[in-house]
Amino acid sequence: MPTHALSRILSPAAAAALIACGSAALAQDFDGHLSARQGQFASLGLSLGVLGGMARGRADYDPALAQLAADYVVAIASIPQSTALQWPEGSDNMALDTTRAEPAIWDNFEDFTNKWAMLGDAAAELQAVAGTGADALGPAVGALGQACRACHQSYRGPEN
Amino acid sequence: MWRRAVVAILLIGLALGAAVLVMTRPRALPAAQFAGLAGDAARGEAVFHAAGCASCHIAPEAVEQAEMSAAPVLSGGQRFETAFGTFLAPNISPDPEAGIGGWTLPQFASAVMRGVSPEGAHYYPAFPYVAYSHMTREDVADLYAFFATLPASEAESRPHELGFPFNIRATLGVWKALNLDTGWVLEEAETEQIARGRYLVEGLGHCAECHTPRNALGGLDRARWLAGAPAPSGEGRIPAIAPSGLDWAAEDIAYYLETGFTPEFDSAGGHMALVVQNYARLPAEDRAAVAGYLKALPF
Repeated sequence: MPTHALSRILSPAAAAALIACGSAALAQDFDGHLSARQGQFASLGLSLGVLGGMARGRADYDPALAQLAADYVVAIASIPQSTALQWPEGSDNMALDTTRAEPAIWDNFEDFTNKWAMLGDAAAELQAVAGTGADALGPAVGALGQACRACHQSYRGPEN
Repeated sequence: MWRRAVVAILLIGLALGAAVLVMTRPRALPAAQFAGLAGDAARGEAVFHAAGCASCHIAPEAVEQAEMSAAPVLSGGQRFETAFGTFLAPNISPDPEAGIGGWTLPQFASAVMRGVSPEGAHYYPAFPYVAYSHMTREDVADLYAFFATLPASEAESRPHELGFPFNIRATLGVWKALNLDTGWVLEEAETEQIARGRYLVEGLGHCAECHTPRNALGGLDRARWLAGAPAPSGEGRIPAIAPSGLDWAAEDIAYYLETGFTPEFDSAGGHMALVVQNYARLPAEDRAAVAGYLKALPF
């Protein structure tokens, strides 16, 4: 909200106090965004664990469960990625210890979201074959992994 | 009297310094070692992927592509920031002027396995010739043949950005005397598979370049082999991959090299994503061999 709008509602002193609080809380302000973006990757990992376990023969193939997990991957990959929701400017690994997001994300945000769209494409292909048999799972999970790596290659830094 | 002593000491110092430079001067491999070796480009492609040449020598723009081309343009230009300065990967495409198209096989082998340029200068060890010194003559000949099949680029190689004293190449002879020809870290390979994995990890794959910490002179600390290290750029860490720091099963390691997925289905990133691209193109037996070697390490 623009500060002049605040001033109209509140006394100037109260508005100034609010703005001061705002800048002090700036670092923590990213916590919600970080939870949002890290949560979606953790969820992807959970679903892929189910699919990958079947693909690698570590769990019995269950077509209904495979389909459910693949549908879930598609659902997460369809969440639009934006600077408003998950990736606010300045929430990179140079500024924060709690993220591995490279500053290059914000230099090439369009490329970044294109790579998220590639994940969506790979997820759709996985969804199409997940229920059809164990043999199709391996290559489809592999293709999804390729989409993960394509983005991580440029935009995810080393462990902190 | 004391003046004469100082002059004598200075002269002795200069003579010693000159002797060290002569003793550690760049030495190419004898051309005769490669006589009669006909490289096989098709076999060289697998050597090329295992050695990860493209990961460092493709253009920076090409790194942003989702998938490396199977016939990449090795025009160079990627920047590697280190504690010693910034190294810029050169053009090693087959262009005869801008690249290495004019090199003979012995010149190529001397560069790759000894870090010696055709002009007789030392290369900086950002080029992992210490690891490549393990390369077989057949593999280097096959690799040479494969390089000739790649597209040429006229892009000019750019100089490294190094401060004094690291910008003096002659000093690299001393570095080589300390770090080159140090033999296998895993001295006994108990099976064929472990021997193959050792060749891939300690040799072609040059895994230790990032996964092993370095001493003050930038040499690998072989006492902490593959124990994890600060990232070369200084930001973040490269994880341990020796058994004491990585408890994955052998199949998990092989699957990671094929897909980039960890056992928790996290996914490889950064330079490792390029390594996975390379290793995904190798036969499954090679990925299993890397895993077999890592699991065989006794530390």
